[in-house]
Amino acid sequence: MNEQPARPNHTKTVSKLVLLVAGMFAFGFVMVPLYQVFCEVTGFNGFVSTEASTGPVGEANTDRKVTVEFVSTVNQSHPWSFRAAESRMEVQPGRLYTAYFEIENQQSSSSVTQIIPSVAPGAAGRHFHKTECFCFTEQSFAAGETRKMPVTFYVDPALPERTTTLTLSYTLFDLGAGDEPEFDEDAAGLHAGAR
Amino acid sequence: MSSTTHDAHHDHHDHAPPKGMTRWLFTTNHKDLGVLYMVFALIMFFVGGAMAMVIRAELFQPGLNLVDPHFFNQMTTMHALVMIFGAVMPAFTGLANWLIPVQIGAPDMALPRVNNWAFWLLPAGFVLLLLTLFMPGGGPAGGWTMYPPLVLQLGDAFPFLIFAVHVLGISSIMGSINIVATILNMRAPGMTLMKMPLFVWAWLITAFLIVAVMPVLAGAVTMLLTDQYFGTSFFSAAGGGDPVMFQHIFWFFGHPEVYILILPAFGIVSAIIPTFARKPLFGYSSMVYATASIAFLSFIVWGHHMFSVGMPLAGQLFFMYATMLVAVPTGVKIFNWMATMWQGSMTFETPMLFAIAFVILFTIGGLSGVMLALAPVDLQYHDTYFVVAHFHYVLVSGAIFSIMAGVYYWLPKWTGHMYDERLGKWHFWLSMVSVNVLFFPQHFLGLAGMPRRIPDYALQFAEFNMISSIGGFAFGLSQLIFLWVIIKCVRGGEKASDQVWEGAKGLEWTLPSPAPYHTFETPPVVK
Amino acid sequence: MNLKMLTRALSAVGGAGLLLFAASALAVPESEWRRPWALNLPQGVTSLSEQVYNLHMLVFWIVCIIGLIVFFGVFYSVWKFRKSVGAVPAQWHHSTTVEIIWTVIPFLILLFIAIPATQTMVKIDDTSDYDMTVKVTGYQWMWEYEYLDEDISFFSRLDRDSDRARQRNPEIRPQDVEHYLLNVDNPLVVPVNTRIRFLLTANDVIHAWWVPELGWKKDAIPGFINEAWAEIREPGVYRGQCAELCGRDHGFMPIVVVALEQDDYEAWVDEQVNGNGEAEETAEVADEDNGEVAEQEDMSMDELMSVGERVYGNQCLACHQAEGQGMATFPALAGNDQVIEDREWVKDVIINGVSGTAMQAFGNRLNDEEIAGVVTYIMNAWGNDSGEEVQPADIRAAR
Repeated sequence: MNEQPARPNHTKTVSKLVLLVAGMFAFGFVMVPLYQVFCEVTGFNGFVSTEASTGPVGEANTDRKVTVEFVSTVNQSHPWSFRAAESRMEVQPGRLYTAYFEIENQQSSSSVTQIIPSVAPGAAGRHFHKTECFCFTEQSFAAGETRKMPVTFYVDPALPERTTTLTLSYTLFDLGAGDEPEFDEDAAGLHAGAR
Repeated sequence: MSSTTHDAHHDHHDHAPPKGMTRWLFTTNHKDLGVLYMVFALIMFFVGGAMAMVIRAELFQPGLNLVDPHFFNQMTTMHALVMIFGAVMPAFTGLANWLIPVQIGAPDMALPRVNNWAFWLLPAGFVLLLLTLFMPGGGPAGGWTMYPPLVLQLGDAFPFLIFAVHVLGISSIMGSINIVATILNMRAPGMTLMKMPLFVWAWLITAFLIVAVMPVLAGAVTMLLTDQYFGTSFFSAAGGGDPVMFQHIFWFFGHPEVYILILPAFGIVSAIIPTFARKPLFGYSSMVYATASIAFLSFIVWGHHMFSVGMPLAGQLFFMYATMLVAVPTGVKIFNWMATMWQGSMTFETPMLFAIAFVILFTIGGLSGVMLALAPVDLQYHDTYFVVAHFHYVLVSGAIFSIMAGVYYWLPKWTGHMYDERLGKWHFWLSMVSVNVLFFPQHFLGLAGMPRRIPDYALQFAEFNMISSIGGFAFGLSQLIFLWVIIKCVRGGEKASDQVWEGAKGLEWTLPSPAPYHTFETPPVVK
Repeated sequence: MNLKMLTRALSAVGGAGLLLFAASALAVPESEWRRPWALNLPQGVTSLSEQVYNLHMLVFWIVCIIGLIVFFGVFYSVWKFRKSVGAVPAQWHHSTTVEIIWTVIPFLILLFIAIPATQTMVKIDDTSDYDMTVKVTGYQWMWEYEYLDEDISFFSRLDRDSDRARQRNPEIRPQDVEHYLLNVDNPLVVPVNTRIRFLLTANDVIHAWWVPELGWKKDAIPGFINEAWAEIREPGVYRGQCAELCGRDHGFMPIVVVALEQDDYEAWVDEQVNGNGEAEETAEVADEDNGEVAEQEDMSMDELMSVGERVYGNQCLACHQAEGQGMATFPALAGNDQVIEDREWVKDVIINGVSGTAMQAFGNRLNDEEIAGVVTYIMNAWGNDSGEEVQPADIRAAR
């Protein structure tokens, strides 16, 4: 087909377009870290860091009170008990506080859990800093084990004035046991299904 | 291959197409492939339509239970996938294949073998997709938007769904690369960009949209796949991911996709209205700029599909303003069509009837789109039948009406016969009335509180749903007339002249009817 | 008035959650917006919803006028410039002035709409200064409400009459059910003239909580928390539905909000909190009212199987399939030896779920009769024929 002299050379056009396709495919994946950064900057979708911050810097604002509210959810209704020891605290921005959560594995086998934080209002998430939290890593619980776990945090004094309440929401995800779950033959598949 | 360098004249040609199955299987001829695309689209239109009939039958009365709610969800999901990727997009690609070379004076598409490949991937992808309906656990039932975590609850069909989306995506990307290369490199001497018919312009822009966003969809579903089977957690909160991120990536594809489904329609209507008004298109260059700006805006408005997910205020406002802006270039197009008709000399053959209906009904869909653009009220409209009414006005009485208009308009050129005008008019009037009976009451249902994608509803919605279903059955049956008109026209009928329509302008009308297998092997010169 | 009559009257108004509550609740009016042939959004019962409604009407009239102009233009051309009446086509095809006009005017109109839209959006977004907080959790397929300031939390499911009427070959016709598919067993009870903050999340997939008369909907997303607010001005019963496709029974998880005067609300809270010891009693009375057994009487095999079949259809079928054959990662129940032989294990799995899998715990979502029914059903259906009968009392013991 290429012997036709008048026939234009499409290679250049096509390779540019193929490059664009590859680029856009990659862009789909680049959106993942971009989105993370975007959320971090804007507090989009209740973003709150899952990494430890260093302690508060600057002066604590003693005039201002902010209510920090704790709510907890167990995903998929798995048999866990998960609740805040106190449902709310009055805090001064810029000062460190510690709140406790009681977590109980009510199953007859050991299990691993990952607890995920989320903050409302979403835009306040980036002003909420945790120096220590049980949500930073997966936690393993023995059968029937109960633990009281701390989260140490401070509220950035830069929190906008109109925000008077921060809600810290934790969702407990059961990742299954370290050992074999009960449906042996389907275990692998069931794991996938659960996520 | 026949594309050797002999001096062929377009109205007599000795290279007849090979006979039998192999002609269609191995063809690289743009007209053959155009026909294949359109036949495939027509079949899928009826498959997707049959699913719509199941949906409307189930919703005929409250408490019916003709099908299980799970199957109902499969029908709504598959109806969307089949209609979008199987009917509307291939129909437009078919029209592009057939028409773009003859409208710009090229002998064929730039990459004929790629063209063949791109087409045959389509039936392969759809066989895969439709077979999922027979798998244990059924086909996809989480909506065509495939939101996780719901889509991950799909059973055996899940990897097939993902693979089918990949195949369909590759097919349309290949088709689009071909179209861009054809338009950019193969125009006849004198055919400058700003002399191209608007259908070609619309497709050039559409093809760029496809090339830009289909890979993003492929990426998104690939992430779903790895989340399900390879332990990643892009969209799973448990692993630090975010299900809402899927919605962002999906709609980054999804909104341009919406315009992929409508821009070629603008091109078709812009060809038909001047022909039957016997007056040049008003504001050609503003039409081109409007199309380009709609395409540009489509990349920055995706958030309006997600006003209820809990975006920060600034995000909501940004997407609201950007979305409202879309109304400006869209309005320009509609006013231009009106101005083209103004002081024309109009006749109302079937293509013109469909084109005028397009202008009116697309306007309704566009105006409800302006309402939906407003974030605060969208929190009421979102995911209700108001939205269903909106996008069906745009896609059925918009995109599909334009395709039908185009088919009636170019059918004499393809077959060499005039279609049966009387049947065509019957088809139009039945479709026009029934499509409104079908979709207009859905505005009321949505405003009155009926969510979309539900298999059963409160008694208060019974009346309008019954009316809508009756409209739906009537619309479905009317399309059988369309099928019959096409078959009849292919088999015979009054001989069509070369120009076919008195006011028709453009290179394709300089060809004989039916157009020979090979055309413009010597490029025409455009003044 | 005996208790039974009272409860029946009350549940007709607001559902079983109002059961033991003072007769003043009878005064709670049903919203007039939900009626056949309804055409429009509700004005709603909050200042927010009214503002949203006004914006809706404003933009509605604007688009109607624009639409009419377009239609008039098209029809006038069609009428006037027909070839059959001898119209001669003009040949002009360009006019910069006209094009600028119809670019600028729509832009100005949009600007005009954008101002109130922005104001309304800002107001919707402002969740500060609230008086009470309700946490809403979406489940497949029901809602859970937690009152953060009180020790109250409960599930809210499709009411039994609707649930019966929506089945294939139902015992009662949908037409005979009041508020078919828009009624729940336990409505969300809130006070009027109180700024209520809603925190929304989900247990499994994304849901959306929507009561049109509050003026908004908001997604409930697993692992994330969303905020919204409402201040209801008039006592009444306001109904809504889940608005995000969430699986098989997406259409069957309605929302009912009962707004009470402050005093009535406090009485209700008092009842809920102090009645905690009698909470189960409450449930039983509710059961009795709905025609189920009041005490833990044994059920017949037929009763168990019929309850079980319904529960299976609503809760289990989507994964384990109609014939219990399972699919993909969801194990088959039919012909499964462990299912047939080990009733304790079956009970345990249904009550507590299976850790690390998609099998959820149904212990707090289904009552004793329902779990007994479904366990019996699973162990006897599709040729499992174990002959086992599990009674509600067994379930209570196993909890």
